[in-house]
Amino acid sequence: MSLHHSTASEIGRGLRAREYSSVEVTRHFLDRIGRANPALNAFVTVTGERALADARRADARIARGEGGPLTGVPLAHKDIFCTNGILTSCGSRMLSNFVSPYDATVVERLDAAGMVLLGKTNMDEFAMGSSNETSFYGPVKNPWDATRVPGGSSGGSAAAVAARIAPVATGTDTGGSIRQPGALTGLTGFKPTYGRVSRYGMVAFASSLDQAGVLSQSAEDAAHVLAAMAGHDPRDSTSVNTPVPDYAAGLDKPVKGLKIGIIREFFGEGLEAGTGAAVRAAIDNFRAEGAKVVELSLPNLPLSVPTYYVVAPAECSSNLSRFDGVRFGHRCNDPRDLTDLYKRSRGEGFGDEVKRRIMTGTYVLSAGYYDAYYLKAQKVRSLINADFRRAFGEVDVLMGPTAPTPAFEIGAKSDDPILMYLNDIYTIGANLAGLPAVSVPCGLVGGLPVGLQIIGPHFAEERLLAAAHAWQRATDWHRRLPPAYA
Amino acid sequence: MTLTRRDVEKIAHLARLEITEAQMPVYVGSLSAILAFVEQLAGAPTEDVVPMAHPLEGQVQVLREDSVTETDRREAYQANAASVEAGLYLVPKVIE
Repeated sequence: MSLHHSTASEIGRGLRAREYSSVEVTRHFLDRIGRANPALNAFVTVTGERALADARRADARIARGEGGPLTGVPLAHKDIFCTNGILTSCGSRMLSNFVSPYDATVVERLDAAGMVLLGKTNMDEFAMGSSNETSFYGPVKNPWDATRVPGGSSGGSAAAVAARIAPVATGTDTGGSIRQPGALTGLTGFKPTYGRVSRYGMVAFASSLDQAGVLSQSAEDAAHVLAAMAGHDPRDSTSVNTPVPDYAAGLDKPVKGLKIGIIREFFGEGLEAGTGAAVRAAIDNFRAEGAKVVELSLPNLPLSVPTYYVVAPAECSSNLSRFDGVRFGHRCNDPRDLTDLYKRSRGEGFGDEVKRRIMTGTYVLSAGYYDAYYLKAQKVRSLINADFRRAFGEVDVLMGPTAPTPAFEIGAKSDDPILMYLNDIYTIGANLAGLPAVSVPCGLVGGLPVGLQIIGPHFAEERLLAAAHAWQRATDWHRRLPPAYA
Repeated sequence: MTLTRRDVEKIAHLARLEITEAQMPVYVGSLSAILAFVEQLAGAPTEDVVPMAHPLEGQVQVLREDSVTETDRREAYQANAASVEAGLYLVPKVIE
């Protein structure tokens, strides 16, 4: 078995068993990036020298017998995480000249675990998009079909792991940006509970929704990476101060007796038939393994998308006001006065979708419209949250599809924002309620991967990982590689 | 909700965004469509519902000791600025 057919966990075991060195592993992946990235456009920056230096350090650590499960395993970071001394672009012209002076907590922790940084991955600009088409660095191609999108906004991370040019990658999920690309590229995409992972050094989009997570080949990989990333951070005031369980230790918990709720609203109009059939077959498999399956209604959930498209733009308009052309980021040439400096730096630095969301947010927060839009959306958010709370009074986890269709063609939805927004119809609810959720591959439809989504109550990461792991022991969808990258 | 060109010009000014002539009609159309789309929220029964600003309930904001924890890294931070002089950020003249 060659290295890129191994999961991150398997590579970690191979390194500790001295079957190969981290330098060898790192060279293998850097070589694959060199060959595949020009076509995929998954990486914005490849940090080859840094990767080899990290690898040599990891090898020394393993030689001393001090290596952990991820020591010496290469990874890629979404270009939303600040990396000291390395371009941190957030997929935007605005930050195309920004070399971060510090590391995000996520970066610091995975570095401390001994992981090797391969580079920074492409993404929708400021994480605003569902197709990776809004990036200043151009669209990312789906390794399963280069004419299609990999999903977004963590599209570069998804494409990199799907093509096995990185064993694992970080992502962020504000409305589905880990789970939806995970589904569209055949990966395990894990979004933890809001507050579980520090947001320090993660460029802010919508602060009450943003959460960091993992795009990986398996639930086991997600368990290891999440355990290393998660935990309290005094530098993020929303970071939760509760102990991080040993996620890997809980993986083998059987699904027998697990109470699964099928979300009725997720199987209506708009769900592509093949995707729906694959998801239902997966749920039947859980039933066959002894889980108890019931159908539930979350009546306010269909209002998730309009709620999100008030709340998220409102928060984004506030967060992105920091980009002023003065302290960092793009600055226009020859400003006439201060207002001209602000307007042209921002007008030139931001792309169309980012400007659209800033303006939507500015409008819904403006005098005379705040109550009708923003306050109303926050109230509907309460209703959606209450629906989830009721559901988790009856069941342990909720299941349904991750995305309504397999990957669509590049350009197919880029002219119609609302059509694009509806891609996140099944993922946004978990963000509004701050819930952990995972997408796992559950089939191929027309040669393209589709995902099963599992949603849990706050801090039920272990339960989700165990369910995902049980599914991956029973099936091999997560082991399928895009034919062009096998 | 249909926005006019004047509305969009006002929003763009509030957000300090320059919108080009060519882009303006596109934004008038797409912002109007987005507002029309989110208007379906108006029908939701939210009387007596408490607005939700944050997904985790009962979380206490922790205060740290009032002591200096940061080192002076002004030069490193200002390395990303377009224009600095003597430790200050430069902008066009504000006061005549």
